[in-house]
Amino acid sequence: MALLEVRDLTVVFERKGEQPFTAVDHVSFEVEPGQTVGLVGESGCGKSVTSLAIMGLLPKRGARVSGTVGYEGTNLLSLSDREMRDRRGRDLGMVFQDPLSSLNPVVPIGVQVTEVLERHRDMSRKKAMVEAADLLDKVGIPDPTRRLSEYPHQLSGGMRQRALIAIALACRPRLLIADEPTTALDVTIQAQILALLKELVRDMGTALVMITHDLGVVAGLCDEVNVLYAGRVVEKAERHELFAAPRHPYTHGLLSSIPRLDAPRGQKLSPIKGSVADNIPWDHGCAFAPRCPNALDVCVQVTPAQEDIGGGRLLRCHNPVRPPVVEEVSA
Amino acid sequence: MLRYTIRRLIQLVGVVLVLSLLLFAWLRALPGGPVSALLGERATPESREALTKQLGLDQPIFVQYFKFLGRALSGDFGVSTGVQPGDSAMEIFLQRFPATIELSFLAIVIAIAFGIPLGYLAAKRRGGWFDNLSVGGSLIGVAVPVFFLAYVLKDVLSSALGLPTEGRQDAINATRVTGFFVFDGVITQEWDAALNALEHLILPAVALSTIPFAVVFRITRAAVLDVLDEDFVRTAESKGLTAPVIRRRHVLRNAMLPVVTTIGLQTGALLAGAVLTEKVFSFAGVGQALAIGFERRDYPVLLLLIIMATIVYVVVNLLVDLSYAFIDPRIRTR
Repeated sequence: MALLEVRDLTVVFERKGEQPFTAVDHVSFEVEPGQTVGLVGESGCGKSVTSLAIMGLLPKRGARVSGTVGYEGTNLLSLSDREMRDRRGRDLGMVFQDPLSSLNPVVPIGVQVTEVLERHRDMSRKKAMVEAADLLDKVGIPDPTRRLSEYPHQLSGGMRQRALIAIALACRPRLLIADEPTTALDVTIQAQILALLKELVRDMGTALVMITHDLGVVAGLCDEVNVLYAGRVVEKAERHELFAAPRHPYTHGLLSSIPRLDAPRGQKLSPIKGSVADNIPWDHGCAFAPRCPNALDVCVQVTPAQEDIGGGRLLRCHNPVRPPVVEEVSA
Repeated sequence: MLRYTIRRLIQLVGVVLVLSLLLFAWLRALPGGPVSALLGERATPESREALTKQLGLDQPIFVQYFKFLGRALSGDFGVSTGVQPGDSAMEIFLQRFPATIELSFLAIVIAIAFGIPLGYLAAKRRGGWFDNLSVGGSLIGVAVPVFFLAYVLKDVLSSALGLPTEGRQDAINATRVTGFFVFDGVITQEWDAALNALEHLILPAVALSTIPFAVVFRITRAAVLDVLDEDFVRTAESKGLTAPVIRRRHVLRNAMLPVVTTIGLQTGALLAGAVLTEKVFSFAGVGQALAIGFERRDYPVLLLLIIMATIVYVVVNLLVDLSYAFIDPRIRTR
């Protein structure tokens, strides 16, 4: 059975006097125990809202969440606030984007680690401090005992993200959600943090939902990838297949806009035209159509359905990119 | 930190010196003077002249100032001519200062005890009926003049509540130790005296607390609203922490810096409110002495009380600045 089973997750933001806005639209995906699943897309495609909905962290007022989020068979969306509070930090951990603003500036690092141990593992402060030092050591923070009494501003960006990872993994949750955990870091530190995440989820058997706009992160980490556009999953594939043969023009566009070392000299990068704001609503056609090089007339008239194209792949497109033909050796 | 404190205290000496000079000039620039105040309109020129000479007011003003300064340095601030004629200004200060401290302290405690929790609650329920009602209420709190509210409390509510409206304590046999009546009652274990003094404090303290309450409430609300949007509050939620821990450790601790600043400033402003409140409730504190002192042009008492008020104001705000370091570690390590 899947550890996390998201079915038709829909999040609609409603504000008085404004049109309701559907940020996440019938998103479904599964995460097996120990598996790493990527949610990929540009800013504004609904990745973060999806993660907050799973964690139950969306504001009570103004956000309408529907669908199901199954965790070991329990629908998290049906749980009370209190039950959800008991699970957050214990069964589900989360790492956020900006490690400086995500740590409380006036509370020592140690307390920010121990408070989650005290809450979910019934530890005394003293015992939790020993455990916290151990955790900081595990995420690669040198001199952990001294760091416990320091404040976030005394740590470097990479250290802070390590501390946040230690906090999220303190109670050994079976599922970790990482929302762009490397975006705010230097490139060299990014690689270190990704390696650390990879190692930790492998050692602890934690399932990881990796939210990112960076396909490099996906390539290094994810077993399976869901590409989101305007709140819907447009393509889902196993990592190698996605990179070898992207079918959705959006995925293809994302991949061709990455500089490659093995590309022929002088080849220009091809960016995706327009921006995420150039949308048409999904119920009038394909949201990506205005930016799509493959767009046909049907794309702005009929909403493409999600189809199973075999090999565990899902695709939502009227006119997909043709898979590259494997050249036959001529006789 | 020690060096910083010492530097601020040295600055205080300068502030007091300049202030004493300005005050000296300002008080004498007021129309009338102690002679007219003491003798009335119909006094003969001879008796006026005699009194002027006796009070030393016939000398040039700078001579008067340096004489005052010389005596002040040895702790002699002159003798009261109006508030309690014949008593030394210092005696009057020592007698009345504890009263005003007790009153202001209670007023600030009321303002904090209600302002911070209500401000937090209003922020938490932004836009709800409680928020709208309390924001409106705080506006009234700031806008209603202290003397009006004081009379409403005194004349309308006191009988319903059965609380005294005059003075600091009923004429009961109470031992005086420090001059803080409530405190004295507690340390001498004269509980009835302490309770009686406390009852006398309640109405004036409530009247005095309305403005600081409203200001503390609004600043808390605004600060909490800012903090609630911070990423680290979301992190705290993602850890599944209980609501009280998030509130205390993550929200309020971060929201306290502007609130503490405000409390410091309000403590200073309380003295202005105390003049009116003490007058209405015949409360024998510094505020009442200032009011009487101005009516009767009691130069020595006015000078001493205003200088002391300044020192209190500067010291309170120094304490506030020092408290930042305890609240925010980023200031401590700088």
